[in-house]
Amino acid sequence: MTDSATNGMRPDMPSLLLSNRARLRLRIAETFGNGFLLTVTSLSTLAVLFIFYFIARDALPFFRLEGFREFFTSVRWYPSAGDAEFGALAILFGSALVTLGAILVAVPLGIAAAICLSDVLPFAVRQIVKPIIEILAAIPSVAYGFFALVVLAPLLQQNGGPILGVAVWIIGLPVAALAIAVLADMMTDRLPDRTRSRVRWLIVCLSGAGAIAALTFAGKTLAGLHISSGTNALNVSIILGIMALPTVVSVSEDALQAVGRELREGSYALGATRAETLLRVVLPAAGSGILAAVILGVMRAIGETMVVWMASGNATQIPHPWYKLLEPVRTLTATIAGDMGEADQTTGSTRYHVLFAMALCLLVFSFLCNLSSEWIIRRARKKAGA
Amino acid sequence: MKATEKILTGLATIVMVAGIAVAGDANKIVVDGSTTVGPIAKAFAEYYMGKHPEVNITVSESGSGNGAKSMINAACDVATMSRPMKNSEKKAAQDAGVQVIEQIVAMDGLALAVHPSNPIANLTIEQVRDIYTGKIKNWKELGGPDRPIVVISRDTNSGTYESFETLVMNKQKIGERVEYVGSNGAIRQRLLGTPAAIGYVGLAFTEGVKALTINGVQATPETVTSKKYPISRPLYMYTNGRPTKGSALFNFINLSETPEGKKIVEDVGFVPVK
Repeated sequence: MTDSATNGMRPDMPSLLLSNRARLRLRIAETFGNGFLLTVTSLSTLAVLFIFYFIARDALPFFRLEGFREFFTSVRWYPSAGDAEFGALAILFGSALVTLGAILVAVPLGIAAAICLSDVLPFAVRQIVKPIIEILAAIPSVAYGFFALVVLAPLLQQNGGPILGVAVWIIGLPVAALAIAVLADMMTDRLPDRTRSRVRWLIVCLSGAGAIAALTFAGKTLAGLHISSGTNALNVSIILGIMALPTVVSVSEDALQAVGRELREGSYALGATRAETLLRVVLPAAGSGILAAVILGVMRAIGETMVVWMASGNATQIPHPWYKLLEPVRTLTATIAGDMGEADQTTGSTRYHVLFAMALCLLVFSFLCNLSSEWIIRRARKKAGA
Repeated sequence: MKATEKILTGLATIVMVAGIAVAGDANKIVVDGSTTVGPIAKAFAEYYMGKHPEVNITVSESGSGNGAKSMINAACDVATMSRPMKNSEKKAAQDAGVQVIEQIVAMDGLALAVHPSNPIANLTIEQVRDIYTGKIKNWKELGGPDRPIVVISRDTNSGTYESFETLVMNKQKIGERVEYVGSNGAIRQRLLGTPAAIGYVGLAFTEGVKALTINGVQATPETVTSKKYPISRPLYMYTNGRPTKGSALFNFINLSETPEGKKIVEDVGFVPVK
């Protein structure tokens, strides 16, 4: 009051100082707000701990009853038979195979798309293309599964060979062209101007002919294949790859963007071409971010349930030979989803606990993936900061 | 004045809503269980609700095992099952204070079905078993075209699978190359799209696919009822205790004994009980 009087203000002007009551109210609100936020945060942390606890609690009785040996080494999965067998090796393998297939689809495609988005496409086009790719993440997985079962599976059965043959060309040709262009560029880099273009042509022609021969051979071999069952590891790999694509593209694009203008401009200023800048400067600098993107994509693929349940065929086998993607396989997630209903919860049977053992395997795996991607990203950030 | 009015209206609404809720509870029937019995339960529910609009019947299809589980947990009024309740389930129900009462609502035959283009018309039950164990791998071993057989089974979660296991497999184990599928409809879908496939489905799901004769007997309502067809089974509805005569639950359960109910059972492709 005295202050305002000395400053010549009218006494009824609101003071900037809060009254004691208002200050108390503010402090209570603040404490309450902070407490609320803390509770919410710790709830989600607790949820993770609880999930771990409850899954482990129901998984351990299985290992106590049956031991580790059968679960991890046998391929015989007969959970419902009188003399039940719980060999999950084929199922673990199925998960691994399908995830590997998804990586083969998602990683080259995803990284290529990310490079294209961040360094090749003009800004306006990128603004349109990126959201479209991200829409892929918004499609419900059951819709993917339906597509895999009703469209892709019959297609693979009827025209699987020719489709694969054509696919080899569609994928192989641009990859080969790119590789040859980069290769020729790099090999002729140091040559004097006069001979450079001639040598480059020679290299392009030679390796081009080689690539076309290889593609023809691969295409012919694949076109002769007959796929007896369209619901197989390949089908699921393709779909899972597409599902993991937005994750891989988004995260690796972010990593590529994070490399920054200065590094690129520095590289151009030293006379490097765009290919050289991309391959030798941008990609190595963004490497760990891209690796993290791949790990996140893997997690997306291995945890997916609906698509694999609908379209992987769910046959409990390790294909012969093991990399044969055209055989039906069974994954952990599909087994858990498919067997849960009949597994006897009330009597706490082995059949019930074995599903939790599988869930624990999945959980541990995702946890490790998550930790390593976290670690990689943190390390990359530190490196970039230093 | 206005405030009092508002409060009064609010109270009245609450009372009305509560009243409806209570009345609804008495006339609410929750059905859960087998995907095979599902169509029957749904058709029954539709028919019954058409006649008694005050009754509300919800039908879920989560598999026979889940039906039994819901019954034990008192989460449903009627458990539909395509296999009889196991002793372990009955015991669990007893422990939970649920007294299960069994009622056979229809008969079902499992039809072995193939793609319409498949020339094979008849299999013996031993041949079916050998196909599912993986002993017979190619259609040419059965006199058909030279194509590896794509063997399709229902998932181990389904009553249909357990019926097949008991009725056909005779304690032998299903082979490793057999594919598992989540519903009767999905099997039909796979059969329609896969020339080399064989699968088993309920009689109601053979539309469009080719049903094989087993041991020379066609799966028809007559052969299923007379048990001449070797792969046939009863379908069940279970209730907690005997429903009181005249109650909605009683009438719903016993629809299968009425002429209209039998017609419904036939319409959805099963065989009515005699």
